[in-house]
Amino acid sequence: MIQIIDLKKSFNSKKVLDDTNLEIEKGRITVIIGRSGEGKSVLIKHIIGLLRPDSGEILLDGQDITKMTEMELNEVRRRFGMLFQGAALFDSMTVGENVAFPLREHTEMPETDLKKVVKEKLRKVGLRDIENMMPADLSGGMKKRVGLARAIAMDPEIVLFDEPTTGLDPVMSDNIATLILDTQRDLKTTYIVITHDIPLTYKIADKIAMLHEGKIVEQGDVDYMKNCQNPILRQFLEGRAEGPIKVM
Amino acid sequence: MREFFEGLGKWAGRVVKLAGGMALMLFQAATWMFVPPLKLRNIFRQMEFVGVKSLFVVILTGAFTGAVLALQSYNALKRFGAESLVGPTVALSMARELGPVLTGLMVTGRAGSAMATELGTMRVTEQIDALYTMAVNPIKYLVSPRILAGVLMLPVLAVITDFVGVLGGYFVGVKMLGINSGVYIGRTVDFVKPQDIFDGLIKASVFGLILSLAACYHGFNTAGGAAGVGESATKSVVLGCVMILISDYFLTSAML
Repeated sequence: MIQIIDLKKSFNSKKVLDDTNLEIEKGRITVIIGRSGEGKSVLIKHIIGLLRPDSGEILLDGQDITKMTEMELNEVRRRFGMLFQGAALFDSMTVGENVAFPLREHTEMPETDLKKVVKEKLRKVGLRDIENMMPADLSGGMKKRVGLARAIAMDPEIVLFDEPTTGLDPVMSDNIATLILDTQRDLKTTYIVITHDIPLTYKIADKIAMLHEGKIVEQGDVDYMKNCQNPILRQFLEGRAEGPIKVM
Repeated sequence: MREFFEGLGKWAGRVVKLAGGMALMLFQAATWMFVPPLKLRNIFRQMEFVGVKSLFVVILTGAFTGAVLALQSYNALKRFGAESLVGPTVALSMARELGPVLTGLMVTGRAGSAMATELGTMRVTEQIDALYTMAVNPIKYLVSPRILAGVLMLPVLAVITDFVGVLGGYFVGVKMLGINSGVYIGRTVDFVKPQDIFDGLIKASVFGLILSLAACYHGFNTAGGAAGVGESATKSVVLGCVMILISDYFLTSAML
C-alpha cells in the first residue's frame, strides 16, 4: 500500500503539487488521469524517489520514502519497475541486453538462465526473436513493449507507467492496454498508470484518480467516475474545451 | 555601474555553483566507486574507450610535436653551437610538459566531448532516470568508471605520447638534420631523469580527472533536448581545456 499525504512541490514558484493526497492499493491498477502539465509525471517521479517534495509524505508499507537517503532509496527501488513515456531503452545495448540489464545488475544468474528469462519476458509482451535488435530499429509500440519487458524483468511488486500509450496508434494502444492487464493478472502486481488516454483508463483501471491543479479532485472505480457529476471530471472525460478547466 | 556589479555577481554565482556541483559529483563518484558490487567490466570498457581508442590521435600528435620541437630547438641551439642538446630539449619538453598537456587536450576533444554527448543524450531521453528506477545508481554506473578511466589511462597515453615524440625528434634530429645518433641518445639519457617522467605522469593523471569530471558534470546535468546536448559537449570541452591549462601552471610551479 502506498499513501501519498499532503504532498507539495513547486518549480520556480509554480505550484505543481498542492496538498496532493492519494492511497494506492496493493495488487490493483490505479490510473491517475489529468491534463498534460498538471503534474502527473511529477507525482509518479515522487513515488519512486526521483524527485523530493517540498513537504508531505509518501508512505510505502508505512515507511516514508521522502526522508530516505540515496542508498536507502536504492534498496527500495528494487521493489519497483517503471515504463517511461519514451521507453528509455539504453540505445547502446541490444533489446536482449536491455531486458537483462536489471537481472545482470542485481543477480548472479548464469547466462543460460538469463537468456531464458529474457525470452520469457519478451514473450509475455508479445515479442519473439528480437533479442539481437537495437532499440533504434524498433517501432514506437515495440519499444514500449520492450520497456515493459524490462520493467517486469525482476518481478517487481509495483510497476509505474508514464503515459504508456502516448504516440501510439489506437490499435497498438489497445494492444498495450491488454498487455498491461495480462501482465498484472499474471503477477498480481500493483500498477500505477498515469495517462490522459480515456479508453485505456476505462479498460484497465481498478481505481481512477483525477489530478487537477495539484490536487486529487475525484477518485473512485470506473463506474463511479463514469457517473460522477464533478464538472471538472466531466469536462475532462468528455474532452470539451468549455468548462471549469481553462485552456491556456 | 549597477548592471556591471549585477552581472559580476551572477557570474560569480555561476562559478560557485559549477565548482560546488563538480566537487559534489567527484565526492559521490569516489564514494560509490567502493560500494559493492564492483563491476570491473564497466571500468574496462571505459578504459578502452578513453585509452585504446585515443591511441591514434595521441600518436599522431606526439610524433609531429616531437618532430617540430627538434626542428625549432635545432634552429635555436645551433646559434650557440649546442646542437647536441636537441635530444634532451625534445625529451624534457615532452616528458615534463607537452606530453601530458597535449594528451590531455586531445583526449578532451575526442573522449571528453563524446562522454558529455553520451551522458547528455541519456539524460534527455530519460535513460539516466531509468537507471535510478532499476536501483542502479547512475553516478556509480556512469560517472565513477569514466573518472577512473580518465585518471588511469591518461598517464599511459602520456607515456606513449612522450615516447613517440622522442622518436619523432630523433628522426628529424638524426636522420634529417644530421646530429650524431650516439650523441643524441647519450645526451638525452644524461639529462632526462626518472623524476621528469614521473612528474609528467602525475600531471597527466590530474588532467584525466579534470577532463572526465568536466565531461560527466556537463553531460549529467544536460537540459533542453538536442540543443542542450550540443551545448553540454561544447561546455565540457571548453571547461576541460581551460582547467587543464590553468592547473598545468600550478602543478608545474609546485613540482619545480
